Amino acid sequence: MVATQETIDKVKEVSQSYKYGFITNVESEKAPLGLNEDIVRFISQKKKEPQWLLEWRLKAYKKWLTMKQPNWAMVNFPDINFQDIYYYSAPKTKPKLNSLDEVDPELLRTYEKLGIPIKEQEMLAGVAVDYVFDSVSVATTFREKLEKEGIIFCPISEAVQNYPELVKKYIGSVIPIGDNYYAALNSAVFTDGSFVYVPKGVRCPMELSTYFRINEQNSGQFERTLIIVEDDAYVSYLEGCTAPQRDENQLHAAVVELIAMNNSEIKYSTVQNWYPGDKDGKGGIYNFVTKRGNCLGKRSKISWTQVETGSDITWKYPSCILKGDESVGEFYSVAVANNAQQADTGTKMIHIGKNTKSTIISKGISAGKAQNTYRGQVQIQKNALGSRNFTQCDSLLIGDKCGAHTVPYINQYTPSARVEHEATTSKISEDQLFYCLQRGLDTEQATSLIVNGFCKEVMKELPMEFAVEAQKLIGISLEGSVG
Amino acid sequence: MSLLEIRNACLKLDGKDILKGLSLSVNEGEVHAIMGPNGSGKSTLSYMLAGREGYDLDKGEILLEGKSLIEMSADERARSGLFLAFQYPVELPGVGAMSFLREAVNSRRKFLGEKEFDHLGFVKEARKEASKMFVKDEMLKRSVNVGFSGGEKKRFEILQMAMLKPKISILDETDSGLDVDALKIVSEGVNAQRSKDNAIVVITHYQRLLDYIIPDFVHILSDGAIIKSGGPELALEVEKNGYAGLINAS
Repeated sequence: MVATQETIDKVKEVSQSYKYGFITNVESEKAPLGLNEDIVRFISQKKKEPQWLLEWRLKAYKKWLTMKQPNWAMVNFPDINFQDIYYYSAPKTKPKLNSLDEVDPELLRTYEKLGIPIKEQEMLAGVAVDYVFDSVSVATTFREKLEKEGIIFCPISEAVQNYPELVKKYIGSVIPIGDNYYAALNSAVFTDGSFVYVPKGVRCPMELSTYFRINEQNSGQFERTLIIVEDDAYVSYLEGCTAPQRDENQLHAAVVELIAMNNSEIKYSTVQNWYPGDKDGKGGIYNFVTKRGNCLGKRSKISWTQVETGSDITWKYPSCILKGDESVGEFYSVAVANNAQQADTGTKMIHIGKNTKSTIISKGISAGKAQNTYRGQVQIQKNALGSRNFTQCDSLLIGDKCGAHTVPYINQYTPSARVEHEATTSKISEDQLFYCLQRGLDTEQATSLIVNGFCKEVMKELPMEFAVEAQKLIGISLEGSVG
Repeated sequence: MSLLEIRNACLKLDGKDILKGLSLSVNEGEVHAIMGPNGSGKSTLSYMLAGREGYDLDKGEILLEGKSLIEMSADERARSGLFLAFQYPVELPGVGAMSFLREAVNSRRKFLGEKEFDHLGFVKEARKEASKMFVKDEMLKRSVNVGFSGGEKKRFEILQMAMLKPKISILDETDSGLDVDALKIVSEGVNAQRSKDNAIVVITHYQRLLDYIIPDFVHILSDGAIIKSGGPELALEVEKNGYAGLINAS
């Protein structure tokens, strides 16, 4: 269905009042290719940013120039040419297709398996549809609900305009500009991302999903997310989408900073299925993300739950800094690597306060010729008396051409802490498969069942709506790996 | 037409002949017992019938309701109504017993063109059958066979049989590891399944099980083939004279 002029006008009207940024403000579509100081200024100007933010970006850019790409991860990829990337382009410049018939049938097959309704399939595949009006009305009711509670949930560029003091106070406080190569790059050129602020004593009544933000389907390469939760408050945030997201941009270097005050809790769930490229890994996404949560307050809690099945190369370590006494950090992860994928993922738990606790449950599944590495660091500082960590990393190997590696680092500087680490490696046994087959399940169903059983401890931490999709996703990503 | 027909089944494992021309005919409504000493080929027979990988016939034929099973995969055979109660049921960590049951039942129903159960509808049905097998609700909440005692595992096998309603069930040494009480429960469960539309093949070492599940026919399996067939009294003969006697006589 094609949009009528009336609809288009109405949308423009609503869009302007919602200030969804650059739809209405952009004169030129793209910055010239490459990265230099002018490009950074261009980005800042396009977004009408205050001086302090431009200076922050420039500082990050200058720092980036002095840094080297990290090379300690067990991943191999051809060198990235940082001058061969567009650092700013207006959204919606993706090629528009006329119908689903023009979409890659492989992509469509996946959408169907995930049970995504046709209208949404069109949206995700970039088919020109008149969907904007619907999305706007959904966003309207949603936003009203949040405003009533005093919760802020908006694009970060909007937050810079409307809540500059908050952004200035917290941006870079968890991940400083010089933290690592990709964080420095992100700090210089970030263009999009979420900002969440939950005031004291408020429990966010719904799961915040990036899906609700219009344009999120076309998420940028350098997203910056900042979530702040005051005393006695709670938020559950869902990032990502199970539908495979194609992107011409190969490099994704996002930064996510979480800050939790006294007695507060942030639950951050990610289900990511970047297009992994073809069977030989060509054309897939490089996902290099820096995510960190600061448990600033006493008895604060930050949980990272993630299911990663896509991307050609994944390099991410969501971490927690347990500063407040009795604070809790959790990391639940399922990482699937198939065909030619390479994943080097894990977490860091830094115990600083007393009686802090961290739990790490990592499930790695390798199939095809994939290499899956868990890299974890548990650091217990000398004043973190009475702290406890429990780590369990399990690897499941499917077939005999893949690999799983575990690289744990444990640095304990006080004898009063307790650190436990368990690791298992297993294969899907023929007996288990045969048992399922004998009950009428085909090989695909059987594998999915056994693999999901393997991941159960992690899956049950996911919000319901995500859990069901994530299970299907794991099944799809392992297709063709058994039998 | 017999329900299950095995004609001259020959099977080699690791180059060794295990099944050497085994033939068997089972009609609807019948219960057959296959007894034999260790090494006679009992497990191989069950795996072969169920279609386990690596257990393909070198020669011979298997027909279920007149249709050849040889080209069918293990899961196709199962959906067509062939059930195997395992001697050593394997554990499936993290796989909930209730969901597993539902998936199995629904795949059979789908094949038969019957309506599949939704979650709630299935739970009701499952609880009904489970109570008959003395399988507690609590057990269905656990992962398949994880932490189940020997008796619980066998009861869960028979519960699956009751819910799947197969045409032909092969019970592979279902009595192994069971005490008398468990044996009684399992046997009652099996007997409750007996009907004129299906058939059961009970594979066992010992005669004891056959006191509870009274067979119509008894066959003696020795060295990969059936050497003698008879009625229930044949089982008592084995009990009295042992296998050696019968094997030497034939």
